[in-house]
Amino acid sequence: MGPHHPSMHGVLRLVVVPQGENVIDCKPILGYLHRGMEKIAENRTIVQYLPYVTRWDYLATMFTEAVTVNAPEKLANIQIPERASYIRIIMLELSRVASHLLWLGPFLADIGAQTPFFYIFREREMIYDLFEAATGMRMMHNYFRIGGVAADLPYGWVDKCLDFCQYCLPKIYEYERLITRNPIFLKRVKGVGFISRQEAINWGLSGPCLRASGVQWDLRKIDHYECYDKIDWQIKWQTEGDSLARYLVRIDEMKESINIIQQALKLLPGGPYENLEGRRIAQEKGRMNWNSFNYQFVGKKSSPTIKLPRQEHYVRVEAPKGELGVFLIGDDSVFPWRFKIRPPGFANLQILPQLLKGMKLADIMTILGSIDIIMGEVDR
Amino acid sequence: SSSFDVSNWSRLASLWPLLYGTSCCFIEFASLIGSRFDFDRYGLVPRSSPRQADLIVTAGTITMKMAPSLVRLYEQMPEPKYVIAMGACTITGGMFSTDSYSTVRGVDKLIPVDIHLPGCPPKPEAIIDAVTKLRKKIAQESFEERTFRPTRTKYPNLSSPHRFVSIVNTKKYKKKLETQ
Repeated sequence: MGPHHPSMHGVLRLVVVPQGENVIDCKPILGYLHRGMEKIAENRTIVQYLPYVTRWDYLATMFTEAVTVNAPEKLANIQIPERASYIRIIMLELSRVASHLLWLGPFLADIGAQTPFFYIFREREMIYDLFEAATGMRMMHNYFRIGGVAADLPYGWVDKCLDFCQYCLPKIYEYERLITRNPIFLKRVKGVGFISRQEAINWGLSGPCLRASGVQWDLRKIDHYECYDKIDWQIKWQTEGDSLARYLVRIDEMKESINIIQQALKLLPGGPYENLEGRRIAQEKGRMNWNSFNYQFVGKKSSPTIKLPRQEHYVRVEAPKGELGVFLIGDDSVFPWRFKIRPPGFANLQILPQLLKGMKLADIMTILGSIDIIMGEVDR
Repeated sequence: SSSFDVSNWSRLASLWPLLYGTSCCFIEFASLIGSRFDFDRYGLVPRSSPRQADLIVTAGTITMKMAPSLVRLYEQMPEPKYVIAMGACTITGGMFSTDSYSTVRGVDKLIPVDIHLPGCPPKPEAIIDAVTKLRKKIAQESFEERTFRPTRTKYPNLSSPHRFVSIVNTKKYKKKLETQ
């Protein structure tokens, strides 16, 4: 099944050995989208590299930016203001809803139901509008900065976002009513692609694949990052471990994300949205005159470049696909020495050959869809 | 009006694009299929097979590994066919044009392109604009031009140093697959 196929799972080539309708073995061949992201990172400062990171996982772009910005922050021990932390949580959870929505469309389109594909774009366009109002771009927002976010939320954004949450939650229930008890869907998905709890831990899976097999592992609760501890939410998990369980985990996660967004919007404090630039302007008050004749028409002030200390560090976030991590080795210069990306799709894809042994040909797309990979981050 | 108007109109009013996408530009292309930016109103019905398509919108970065597949897809499309190079990655290599070791700098190194569409990713309105411009370009076509511009022919080098490996997987696939 060549790198171009009508499903929208990206450029993954599967060499499948069938025997009639059964699948004996399968070998995934990656690398059709390998662009050399890690090598490019060695020649870019972090702010210069931020546009590249959204191209790893282009469905949930805020997470890639969050982990790229968290890496130098933890390395150089930079604190961010609380408002920035809440804005980040809101953006991350909106991005999670968007990613799960766009997973749902192609997953069901592969099973044969073409209409949910149109429904998800309706919600996803609303999320795009929210992102465009706050960050300027629909998809590849260059929004997170070391020390906070790039710009504050525009006036009225909070109300629009609350309206969206109120609109979206009944829509998710509508998807459940349409899909979850549909007998055709259940027959295609129930019992297909079973991963046991021990196997899921052994293979190093993360994200909904792990939580659907009975492991209550969510990095937001374990690492206590940003301000997730101040919000009241639960980890969603299932015990069956088949594709239906993974689907249910993602639907529940969407509902929980809407819940988190609503709470975070109500708890949003005032204050600065970014630390480093304010600190730099305060320190250089005598020298820099941003209101003087020379600079008065400069719309955009350059972000401070931070020198990465000579240490190494691994940071991770709970991306919608799993654990997205970055191992950063600083070299006491503005460029990192090594920027290793741990993509969730790469680790989760390893289990595909084992899941496909003994299945029918039609189950390949179901299982591949339920693992939820995106080739931009698998290949980097 | 000329006698080509009817044939040109019949082609431009029902351009059927191939559902092709490598990377992030494909998500913007897919939101064209959605109901907010509907591209069915221009006659564009996305097709899965290249044999049934006459427009390919190369959405997404083309790497050296993917390039032969793209060329093969283009060759599988029947004439008359059109290409929209979508996004910065396919025009010049985009953000990967400086330091990447595996990106093809621009898809027009591989296939002839009719419309270049800048953006990273271009908004769906921009893609609709590109389709509109392509329609205008098709409306100006004539038979003489088409017969004058020859179709691509490939002349493989017979004495190349590469070893021919069979595509068909035999039972010994476990050992041989790595050499493909």
